[in-house]
Amino acid sequence: QVWQIRLDLHLLNHDGNIIDAASIAGIVALCHFRRPDVSVQGEEVTVYTPEERDPVPLSIHHMPICVSFAFFQQGTYLLVDPSEREECVMDGLLVIAMNKHREICTIQSSGGIMLVKDQVLRCSKITAVKVAEITELIQKALENDQKVRKEGGKFGFAESIPNQKITAFKMESAAVDTNNVEEQAEEIITKAEPPSEVFAKPILHTPGTAQIGEGIENSWGDLEESEREEAAEEEGESEATAFECQKMETEDTSTMRETKKDEPIVLSDSEEEEVVILEPQELPKKTR
Amino acid sequence: GGAYWVDSQQKRYVPVKGDHVIGIVTAKAGDVFKLDVGGSEQASLSYLAFEGATKRNRPNVQVGDLIYGQFLVANKDMEPEMVCIDSSGRSSGMGIIGQDGFLFKVSLGLIRKLLAPKCEIIQELSQLYPFELVLGMNGRIWVKAKTVQQTLIIVNILEACEYMTAEQRKQAFAKLSGN
Repeated sequence: QVWQIRLDLHLLNHDGNIIDAASIAGIVALCHFRRPDVSVQGEEVTVYTPEERDPVPLSIHHMPICVSFAFFQQGTYLLVDPSEREECVMDGLLVIAMNKHREICTIQSSGGIMLVKDQVLRCSKITAVKVAEITELIQKALENDQKVRKEGGKFGFAESIPNQKITAFKMESAAVDTNNVEEQAEEIITKAEPPSEVFAKPILHTPGTAQIGEGIENSWGDLEESEREEAAEEEGESEATAFECQKMETEDTSTMRETKKDEPIVLSDSEEEEVVILEPQELPKKTR
Repeated sequence: GGAYWVDSQQKRYVPVKGDHVIGIVTAKAGDVFKLDVGGSEQASLSYLAFEGATKRNRPNVQVGDLIYGQFLVANKDMEPEMVCIDSSGRSSGMGIIGQDGFLFKVSLGLIRKLLAPKCEIIQELSQLYPFELVLGMNGRIWVKAKTVQQTLIIVNILEACEYMTAEQRKQAFAKLSGN
């Protein structure tokens, strides 16, 4: 007599890369599952109900997780975890399934692109990093669930969905008075004293990214960074650039709406994790 | 009396007879085209189901083209069939969708909202730029404006309409038309 288990995956919604999401969902479901306890005495087999004895987990040896890579322009560009739009236009797809012990369980290449050996090696290194992160997230989630169940709190699918309506959410608009921005900026520039700390040389991180002094905490997210990068790139008097930054700051809020119009207004708290692997000789290729 | 209309938020399309949808040609098999309409099965479309099509005069359809048509047959027992002519033999707007433009997916509920008579969103959009628009009941929208940038702006607005309140939408339009 043996146990038989069946795993059904229902896809509710997706924005690309179903394989990765499904692999995570599948392995987590199996880890979370509990089967009835059994005791065997010679020929006699006793199956206990969940009321008699606590159900026991399956013996899962390892957690293989899939990571997908989309290739563009004959392998020139590589995207980790492609979105729906990116999948529609990609040349080929490479899927690597790995567990946290860095053992490759599956490699699948589709789309007919020719892959060079070190591309595949690079992908497997990225996979190792991602799988380690994801496995840790899974462990935390499983522990959390166990803890909540023990303490008698609420658990399950309904609790894991954030408490907001799906179809409509309100975003309070911040009214910004941009009437006198020019004059205000001029005033600030003429009134202010030169900064005590003069940064003669911006710190060059990588080509295209420079830093002048320590900035204030970023409160807008990605949008602001690109604005500040542009401001930082302007060479010139450090004083002037410092005030440029300030001016950019006040202008940013008015241009925020302009740039925002080009992007869909969505509440995204699940951005793909940025993973940049820099090899000493190679140029940093764009990976996501 | 006694009939209820239950509206739901759904992205998965199930073919229904009479629905006008946008299909993507995946194969040409002799006299019949196979179309992906987003359902569990591909729909079939005969080459004669176009206005003015005869055995000699075939429509110029290639794999990857977009077709706007309606379902002649759609039930759970049979493969769905599409046509690009209505019952009187006229195309009435159906057929091959032109070159360029942009195809994207939204939820079925948003399509129904956009197709409602006197839809505000469409009226406000038409004040912005001139554009061509095809709405498929299978959740697919095709947009074409004069420039790529204008097209993408319209795409983004339509996608965002899923989640924006009327107030937010009016604000977004105000910012755009002020530009």
